[in-house]
Amino acid sequence: MANEVKIALAGEGGQGVQSVAEIITEAANEEGKEALYIPNFGVEQRGGVSIAFVQIAEKQKIGSPKFEKADIVIALSDRAVLRSRQYVDERTVFVYDKSIQGVEDDLPKNAKQVLAIPAIEVAKNELHPRVFNIVIMGAVLHATRVVSEEQAKQALENKLGYKFEQNPELREMNHKALARGMELVAGLAQG
Amino acid sequence: MSECMEVTATTLLEPKMPRSWRRASKPHKFCPGCGHGDVLKALGTAIDDLGIQDRVVFGCDIGCSLLAWDFFECDTVQAHHGRTTPVITGIKRARPDRICIAYMGDGGGYAIGAQHLVNAATRNERITVILANNTNYAMTGGQMAPTTLPGQKTETCPYGRDIEAMGNPTLGPEMVAAITKENAYVARGTMANMRQLTTMLKKALQNQIDGRGFSFVEALASCPTNWRMNAKSTWDFVEKEMPNYFKVGELKVPAPKEG
Amino acid sequence: MTDQTINQQKPVQGEKRMFMTGNEVIAYAALAAGAEMMCGYPITPQNEIMHYWTRLAPKYERRFLQTEDELSAGFSTLGGVLAGRRAFTATAGPGNVLMQEPLSMAEMMRIPIVLIVQQRGGPSTATVIYSQQEVTLTCYGGNGEGARIVYSPSNHQELYDYTLKAFNTAWTYRFPTFILGDGYQAKMRESLTIYDPAVRGVQMVPTEPIIGGPGAPGTEREAVHLRNTFNTEEELYEIITAMMGEYDRIAPSIVEHEAIQTDDAEILILSHGVVSRATAAAVRELREAGIKVGSFRPITLRPFPVEALRNALKPVKKMLIVESAQGQLAKLCKEAIYGETTPIEYIFKPGVGVTAEEVVAKVKAMA
Repeated sequence: MANEVKIALAGEGGQGVQSVAEIITEAANEEGKEALYIPNFGVEQRGGVSIAFVQIAEKQKIGSPKFEKADIVIALSDRAVLRSRQYVDERTVFVYDKSIQGVEDDLPKNAKQVLAIPAIEVAKNELHPRVFNIVIMGAVLHATRVVSEEQAKQALENKLGYKFEQNPELREMNHKALARGMELVAGLAQG
Repeated sequence: MSECMEVTATTLLEPKMPRSWRRASKPHKFCPGCGHGDVLKALGTAIDDLGIQDRVVFGCDIGCSLLAWDFFECDTVQAHHGRTTPVITGIKRARPDRICIAYMGDGGGYAIGAQHLVNAATRNERITVILANNTNYAMTGGQMAPTTLPGQKTETCPYGRDIEAMGNPTLGPEMVAAITKENAYVARGTMANMRQLTTMLKKALQNQIDGRGFSFVEALASCPTNWRMNAKSTWDFVEKEMPNYFKVGELKVPAPKEG
Repeated sequence: MTDQTINQQKPVQGEKRMFMTGNEVIAYAALAAGAEMMCGYPITPQNEIMHYWTRLAPKYERRFLQTEDELSAGFSTLGGVLAGRRAFTATAGPGNVLMQEPLSMAEMMRIPIVLIVQQRGGPSTATVIYSQQEVTLTCYGGNGEGARIVYSPSNHQELYDYTLKAFNTAWTYRFPTFILGDGYQAKMRESLTIYDPAVRGVQMVPTEPIIGGPGAPGTEREAVHLRNTFNTEEELYEIITAMMGEYDRIAPSIVEHEAIQTDDAEILILSHGVVSRATAAAVRELREAGIKVGSFRPITLRPFPVEALRNALKPVKKMLIVESAQGQLAKLCKEAIYGETTPIEYIFKPGVGVTAEEVVAKVKAMA
């Protein structure tokens, strides 16, 4: 990873961007890195676009909790594209879900790279819609290398271990989702 | 003061006062004819009879009740207007072995501190709230209070309280009785019946001593200064006028504690 | 262990690296400090302080009361303190306005209450998110002129350290003591080390009943009669003068600040709290670019580090004040440096966060 990585994750409430941010930063912290995560929050408990601001550094303490421009922006709905493009500049990789309709004109023009990944489709057709956010997590990890896959799995274990105990297939599905997410970005990077 | 005191000229001149009263702050600071002295005498007698002086923490409010800040030979805190109930609640929650009393007027209890009275009662706080009802804001110069009677003149309703515009006087004990559980003690007494008032205050404090629940006593009290009345009219107002609206009696009495 | 089992062990043992939100940090710090009682009323963004406290407190025989409003939360906390408990409350925004009433009583009666403020946007309900707009209110919010101590931490480690310290400051000097945090600090997660104060040699100042203590009043001891109402101008004057005199005497042992590369700084950036994270990062970047810049941060906003700031100003040609408010820190600062002629520029962003990037851009324009 770069010395310091800034990530903005934006999605609809319920898409799980906040838990992705939480798991990634906890994993980074476990690896001894400095991590900071802050959710945006307003008066609405539910509904509206949800954004997670994540910063991870090798050693140095993180500066201000929010930032102007991100190294990677992930947008998971049409509204999320509109809300999150303000965090994009010429160094930003902008990732959005391929299934989002009618946002072609709204995509940032100034990004270093704009990637469309079929995360929703993969989760729905190959795995289960509930692991959609883990596919996204895999994509973020591959794009940023902020934590290792092993550490990410450990963090998943810490967060969902009690569920995995009851249903070991769930563990397998989560691991698969993580791997598929990583592949989605890897495939594009090669192409 | 010892139980059997030698009779001297001084003691003969001294009026009988409860042992829990602080002699150094007497004569007290209330106006001549004020009902607070009587209510606090009933309270002092109740404290004496129950033998709890050492355990009492007394809180007084703003309004004329603040003049009781050094009234008792008991630990005392004078709080802000309406806020005696939460201060006393905090003390009781921190030290449940203390007997905690919040003393206030009708403005403090039914207006600015109404939310505290309602919620302390709802939570069944193990405290005793004593409220002197003299139908006006006395310390600030006799304005209309929640308890000002229909037609009664005050500085802010100089033509008399218009219940169309200002509503009916607050019936505090009735309200508290309606929102408390069976283990609360709620009563309205009057300075015109000191024996009954003392009994009510003893029962209220006993309810706290037993750890059963909230206890609340409103005491009808005089304010000749702001009522602008002579002694006779003052007494008539307390004894005859006020009870027409504010019914004297017990509204909620828990069953006696077993054993 | 069931949820209600009383744990005889200390809630925080030894030292432990954690990754948590600021609200969680405060709950743990209060537990570790031996706080015995919290009274609170829900308001965003401080709610999770109560949430963590209510989960943890019963396991360690600590008390909690959810009240009907902030007035009641503040006054019942005062009751707890008067009864000798290490007690605290937490609030934000409009709740902080209501909290000023009990806090002014604490000032007058010298009640060592600790209040956590997580600033949100204002005026009015505004946002539940973040601001530094409660500086004036928190430092000077009471009626009349009371004395209080206000710490403004900038990261989770400090949030922990200064919450511990706030209880000791309050109980040592008997002035109400504030931790002025903000919504960002409340909600963000970062690493810190939590610790049992004893392992770091920090002794918690013992508490004692101010009212309702042992002994029979009137016979074994004097009865305690506490009041905040006085009859004459002279009585009040005497009390305020004595209080302010005492505050001035103890201020040098309370006042704290952080200065970064101020020795040769030609441009001095002044900020406090979470904004200092941005200014510190900006100083690093600007120094790499060869610009002689330093950063000064009052950790105590009251008492304000007047002498330290005046010293830091000596080599300075220009000053920049940065805050997420429309000039509340600037007001404190200008009063502290009265008579100095250093030109001052500002980044005022009421209710909005400040990033290192914009501080860097501004300083480059000034240099």
